[in-house]
Amino acid sequence: MMTDVAIRVEGLVKRYGRVTALEGISFEVRRGELFGLIGPDGAGKTTLFRLLATLLEPDAGRAEVDGCDIVRDYRTIRARVGYMPGRFSLYADLSVEENLAFFAALFGVGVRDNYDLIAPIYRQIEPFRRRRAGKLSGGMKQKLALCCALVHRPAVLLLDEPTTGVDPVSRCEFWEMLARLRDEGISILVATPYMDEARRCDRVALCDRGRLLAVDTPRGIVETFDCPLYALSGGDMYGLLKAARAETGVETCYPFGAEHHLTVGPEFDPGNFRRRLADAGFGDVDLHRVEPGIEDLFMKRMRHE
Amino acid sequence: MRTLFVLLDKEFRQFFRNPFLPKMVIVFPLMVMFVIPWVATLDVRHIDVAVVDHDCSQTSRRIVAKVAASDCFTLRKTAGVYGAALRSLEDGEADVILEIPRGFERALTTAAPDRVSIAANGVNALKGSLGGQYLMAVVGETVAELAREQGRVPPDETLVVQNRYNPTLEYRYFMIPALMIMLLVMLCGFLPALNLVSEKEIGTIEQINVTPVGRLTFALAKLIPFWVIGLVVLGLTMVVARLVYGLAPAGSIPSIFLAAALFIFTMSGLGLGIANGSANMQQTMFVMFFFVMIFILMSGLVTPIESMPRWAQYISRFLPPSYFVDSMRALYLKGATLADLWMNYAALALFAVVFNGWAARSYRKQL
Repeated sequence: MMTDVAIRVEGLVKRYGRVTALEGISFEVRRGELFGLIGPDGAGKTTLFRLLATLLEPDAGRAEVDGCDIVRDYRTIRARVGYMPGRFSLYADLSVEENLAFFAALFGVGVRDNYDLIAPIYRQIEPFRRRRAGKLSGGMKQKLALCCALVHRPAVLLLDEPTTGVDPVSRCEFWEMLARLRDEGISILVATPYMDEARRCDRVALCDRGRLLAVDTPRGIVETFDCPLYALSGGDMYGLLKAARAETGVETCYPFGAEHHLTVGPEFDPGNFRRRLADAGFGDVDLHRVEPGIEDLFMKRMRHE
Repeated sequence: MRTLFVLLDKEFRQFFRNPFLPKMVIVFPLMVMFVIPWVATLDVRHIDVAVVDHDCSQTSRRIVAKVAASDCFTLRKTAGVYGAALRSLEDGEADVILEIPRGFERALTTAAPDRVSIAANGVNALKGSLGGQYLMAVVGETVAELAREQGRVPPDETLVVQNRYNPTLEYRYFMIPALMIMLLVMLCGFLPALNLVSEKEIGTIEQINVTPVGRLTFALAKLIPFWVIGLVVLGLTMVVARLVYGLAPAGSIPSIFLAAALFIFTMSGLGLGIANGSANMQQTMFVMFFFVMIFILMSGLVTPIESMPRWAQYISRFLPPSYFVDSMRALYLKGATLADLWMNYAALALFAVVFNGWAARSYRKQL
């Protein structure tokens, strides 16, 4: 049964004892979509992945992967899903090619059957095919894990923080591979704690503490940011943060890289704000309007929750 | 079937690549077989004796000479008064005191001879009690000898004990089958448990769990390598028993291997079941040790089940090793046949089915 929905999640709840990891979340991933799950550690991302990969059973709610119910049709799902856990979990004492052949065999296929799909990735690690998987670098481990998750040509790919602990160049390469796989028609759900990676997704869901804050395209999410945003910088950054927070019209002020970002209310007047800071001893400050990013929206939504 | 083959191939590759396990599986049984039969022996030798000879007769001197000459005893002290001998017992210099009363020789010819007194140190209960018995035997023997030499009728009927199946009561022959069993308990119980729980700790099991591999296939792939290892180790220890200790099984070798195979199935099933129920190495190890301790101490491996209290004997009927211990000794020493032991085989087969069924069931692909 082909539907145009790759993953459907409806009111999914998962508790561990008294801790609620997922508080009834709902969203859909369309077929052929690269869908990002963005959120800090402890947001419930891994729990969601393990539910979808049929490693856990939900306490309430339901979910479908590739049209199959995660509780009832778990066997079917296992044959159709490629899952890459957040932690490297291939056999460190088997070589690169042995790992790949092993997982292919478990899915009842040969490495050559879907070689076209994995070839662009596998070629990069092929020179090390006789090396033990445990002796690969972080980036190469991720590529091998991706190959192993793809070797049976899954309809849906579940990637739990695939780029955590990987260097920036490899991260960039990894996202290019994901975009290519998406173009091959594979639906991908990928979790990441890095907000900058969200831009590479077709749609993203922001999540925090077991709830979804927003689901939209990266652009759409940023556009919901409906108030002016300023960047502030100067000499004594910490003093500046405290001073700015005390000013009228400033709703929030938070450190953002080398600057502070300010969200302000309608009564905010930049000229007045600058003068008052100068009176307080912060003469040489830089204040300018900036375009909000996903991080800004995240900060705002988290505060509203 | 093909999946099972692939999984087995992976298990064997991992086993032989492990820098430690293959060596350990060979060296550990060899060490045990070469060393333990010499040290874990209940044949008591060199019991330290202190003699108090009040009689100073020909008979008493002959008894003392005989004690001194025996391999069983070491004559530590010859004291004139009992107090001095007792002190050496208290100091740990002697295990047993032999006190020959004044007029012992003369009394022998009369109807009511004076008693020889033997005092044993009970701290080392085994050495003390056996030493006392040995001494009694030596005294009785000497008295009988003397009586015969002097043309008298020996004072008492001497009780003759003949030990069947292990004629010299060589404790080693009793121990060797027990050591084989202990090795199988250790290797075939612990190794599969640790193997599975390490996949849990490393996280590789998660990757396996999302594949369509069935749990029976997965469980079999975890068990079969250790069945092979168990049988190889058994063969190895049997060769050592034959070559080093001259102990060949009196029963048939296939029936030994059949009993061992059933026992190995049981132990590996238990190990896997325990690993399924635990989250990490510590839990697995602790629970395994609990069972192994009970198995070793309550299955008649070191002390006979018949000498345990009735409730313990009842418990031991539910311990799989008790059937294997009984079978192995009967096969190895008595030359029993499969037909004699069919009840034990049936019990072991039942345990094997129950434990492995439990292991396969308790392995859940959902965590």
